[in-house]
This record gives sequence, structure tokens and C-alpha cells, in this order.
Amino acid sequence: MKPNLTVNIGGIQLKNPVMTASGTFGYGPEFADYLDLNVLGGIITKGLSLKPRAGNPTPRIVETCGGMLNAIGLQNVGIDEFLEKKVPFYRTLDTKVVANFFGTTVEEYAELAGRLDTIPEVAGMEVNISCPNVKQGGIVFGTDPAAAAAVVAAVRARTAKTVIVKLSPNVTDIVVMAQACVAAGADALSLINTITAMAIDLKTRRPVLANITGGLSGPAIKPIALRMVWQVARVVDVPIIGIGGIMTATDALEFLLAGATAVQVGTASFLDPGAAGRIVQEMEEYLAGEGISDVRELIGALQI
Amino acid sequence: MQFKSLVIFNQELSPGYWRMRMTAPPPFAGSRPGQFLMIKVTEGADPLLRRPFGIFDTGSFVTQYTDCGSQTFLEILYKVVGKGTAMLAAMHDGDTLDILGPLGRGFTPGDPAGEKILVGGGIGLAPLYFLARELVNSSRVRLFAGGRTREDILCITEFERLGVETYVATDDGSLGDRGFVTQVLEKHLITARDATIFACGPMPMLQATAEIARRHNVPCQVSLEAYMACGMGACLGCVVKGKEHRDDHPDYRCVCKEGPVFDQCDLLWEKGEGGHS
Repeated sequence: MKPNLTVNIGGIQLKNPVMTASGTFGYGPEFADYLDLNVLGGIITKGLSLKPRAGNPTPRIVETCGGMLNAIGLQNVGIDEFLEKKVPFYRTLDTKVVANFFGTTVEEYAELAGRLDTIPEVAGMEVNISCPNVKQGGIVFGTDPAAAAAVVAAVRARTAKTVIVKLSPNVTDIVVMAQACVAAGADALSLINTITAMAIDLKTRRPVLANITGGLSGPAIKPIALRMVWQVARVVDVPIIGIGGIMTATDALEFLLAGATAVQVGTASFLDPGAAGRIVQEMEEYLAGEGISDVRELIGALQI
Repeated sequence: MQFKSLVIFNQELSPGYWRMRMTAPPPFAGSRPGQFLMIKVTEGADPLLRRPFGIFDTGSFVTQYTDCGSQTFLEILYKVVGKGTAMLAAMHDGDTLDILGPLGRGFTPGDPAGEKILVGGGIGLAPLYFLARELVNSSRVRLFAGGRTREDILCITEFERLGVETYVATDDGSLGDRGFVTQVLEKHLITARDATIFACGPMPMLQATAEIARRHNVPCQVSLEAYMACGMGACLGCVVKGKEHRDDHPDYRCVCKEGPVFDQCDLLWEKGEGGHS
């Protein structure tokens, strides 16, 4: 018998727990040549802002052992072009689309939430308070529980859609941040965003990235992400989406054991554009092989 | 497309420079000069990301086993610069690679009547060979090849076999003229008629070539290299500034998707990007 893969993230019913992480999957159509987008549990869009953003100077990326650093700086087309040019494509899809967005002030976050609230193709929103690569916004809200709560409350006031808050690992205690966001009305949490890091070139004696620092992603950060998901899952009662170095279904299911209800595949899509689809299939095969009838049996099933 | 490929041969041409031939699926024969590949060198996580390579050649040969029919192949030229390319250099016939491609936009050959001028530096000669093979069918083709030393000048014989007239310059004078190849190019342009330039190589060389093209009012396409993670326009790591770029009006273009070949007049060339002239 086919195992049940469906899960629910704060009101969004996903056909399986595998989504694509913001900033690693474009707006979706970029990957349509490499996998059937409809096999995915969901797609999280590239982070959107009110106005188009140029992003950071180059070099913006560099590979490091077991991972990569990026300092893209939230380059995006802006909400207007997104609504006009990207959203119509989503009508052709049978998967859930979640819009990721960020602002530089609480008011900007609220305005974006209000505009996305009216778009039927958008199932929910992921509030980015954790980009490490921009000076204003993003991380400023992601490292101060009061500021994070203010953003979440303002977004909550403008939408009835599912509100997912994406948390930064670059904090002393991620549990405090998680609790502040849930108290302010978050329906779900996604974690972790990238870890602030840097790479240095001995030959030139300069940082490799033009931005000096960037965000580390990839398999190198998986153990940190697992630990943080586990810590947060023990104390909050909203669903958690685990993110961090997921390359295989084994990685994804480890996040479920730690307490995640769903996962996002990020860096893996860069080297294997069909990775998220492959992970769905591997997950189904694993469950069938182990005689597990429902993937939800594994959520938080870590034995200590 | 994404495909598994078998290494057919992998040989060192010159210290640190290698040429690899591998199998490709039949539709690959439709790839265009200037397009590129993203190759996963190992199944493991180090190196994690794919590496971009220009297409040096593609075609098909009849296999010795008649029932197999013809086999499509592709070739790359590469320089060992780090862990990924070192692993590539250690591969043997029969080893497998995972390849994405052909990716990006290639060169536009244009009107066959005019003279075609190829300008390449070091490993930048790779996509120019594929281009030359196509251009020689209908146009007069000249190659200006530059490098630090004679060991950086690759596959000149292959170009000459196609009927391409070649000009070489090296920094140390160990092959051809001593100096920058762009100086040799500029001398030639004074007498060239209806020329089009196609360039691929290090950024300072491209910068100088684009400047010369503007000065002589000659159309010029450049093929750029950039750090990239995905090769399909998702990571936004490989962007370059387009001609309309201003701080308050971003015009970034993805080398992987909108390039790697650009018309030089579509790019913003900033001063001081290199000391080459």
C-alpha cells in the first residue's frame, strides 16, 4: 500500500513534506525542465520586497568544504513584477506556492503581507527575518525577539493566510526567537537560514566575497540545523519546517525525527536540479520498505 | 538536459591543461558554440557544486561495434586550478560524470560575408574552437591567441587544420610576438574589412578587446566566466552589470542564462577592472 505522505503546515495541506527553499529555486519555472514541479509538497519563492532590489556586488558565492557561502543580497524582481509576471504560472501547478518576503521596516512587512493576502495562487507566506547579507531589515528583525514579534504581529494583522516565520541560526538562543514569533501569531516556523561565515584568499589576503561575509549552506550545516529544530520543536506547538543541508530522503527524515513536520531542500537543487523530486520518491520508497503507513509517525519520534 | 557521460579519453595537452572527450546523448549535437556545461566531478560532497566548462567540440563517430550505430560525443578543455579540476584530471576512460547542458546562450555568427576574428586567452580558446569549426564553412576566420607563456597556447594546430589563420602573442615572447595579443589584434584591425570579433579569456583581455572593438567600431561578442552554483539562473551568484546598471536602477544579468556570450555593448565595462591594454 502507498504510504501517506501528506502533512499540514499551519493550515496548508501539503501532498508530501518536501518543499524547495527560498533563494535556491528561483520562482519555480527555472527548474521545470529538470523535474515535474507537481511532485513537490511546495515551492517557496525567491524572497520578495516592495521594490526590485539589485543585490550585492560580486563575487557573491564561493564553495567551502561541504557547503557554499552566498551573499546575493536579496536581489529580486519586486512584488509588482512578481504578481504580474510570475504568479500566472502558478495557476498551471498542482502544488502549494508560498511567497517568501522581507522588508526594511515593520510597515513594509505589513504592506507586503496585505498585498499577498489577496492572491489566490499564494497558499501562504514565509516571513524572512533572517537574511544575513543585507544591512537593513532581514537579520535586524531576526536577532531581537521584540523586533521579530513586532514584524510577525504586523503581518498577522494583515492576513488570514498561513504565516510561516523563517528563523536565523545567528542568535544566542533560537528558542527565545521561536517563542516570540509564535506568541505574536506565527502559524509555523522554518529553520534554519544560513549561518554567517566567511572565506579568505591567502594569495590576495582578501575576503573571497565582495560582501566580506556570507551565509553558509549545504551539508556542512545539517548537524547544527538538526540541533536547532530539535530544541525548538520541544517547546513550541506550531509545525516546524526543517532546513539545512538536506541532500537525501535520509537527511529529510532525520529532520522529521527531530520534530519537523516538513522540510525544505535548498543548496541540493543547485547541484542536482531534480533533488527535491528525487527526495520525495526516496522518502516514499523508504516508508514502503519499512512498512510505515504514514510519514507523520516519524515526526518527533526521536528516541532519547 | 541532465545526463550521465562516459569518459572516452582524458589527456594532458600542456602542463596543467587537459582535453577530455566523453559520450553525450544524440540531442547534444544540437548545442551551439559558446554554450557551456555544468559537470559534477564526484558523487560525494567535496567538491559539492558543479563546475562550468565551455564546449570545445561535439560531434559523432561510428562505433566499432556496428550494432551500436553512431555515438555522440562532446569535448572540453580545462586547466587544473583546484580540487575539482584535479579530480577531473585523474579520471580515466570508462569513468562516469554527471553533466547538465548545453546551458546558456552561445555566439551569434552573423553575416557570413565579413571576416571573423577570434580572440582567445589561455583556456578561453575552448569555445572558440567549436565556433571556428562552424564559421570556417562560410567565412574567413582569424585567431588571435594569447597567454603568459607558450604552454598557455593550446590546440593551435587544430585551429590551423580548420584553415584558420593564427596569430600568437605571449607575455614572455616564448611563442609568437612578445606582449599582449590585443596589441596584435589592434594592428590587424586597421586593415580588416567588415570584421566581427568573438572573444573568450581572462577579464582584462576581454576588457581590452571590447575597448579596441569600440575604438574601431567593430561588433564584438564576449564570452564571460563567473563563479556560479547552479547554471540555470536560480542562485544569482554569477551576475554581471548590464549597460543600464546604476545604483538606483539595477541591471544585473546572469552569466549562466543571459550569457555566457554577450554583445560587448550590452555590458557595463567599469574602469580599472584590469591593467591590460
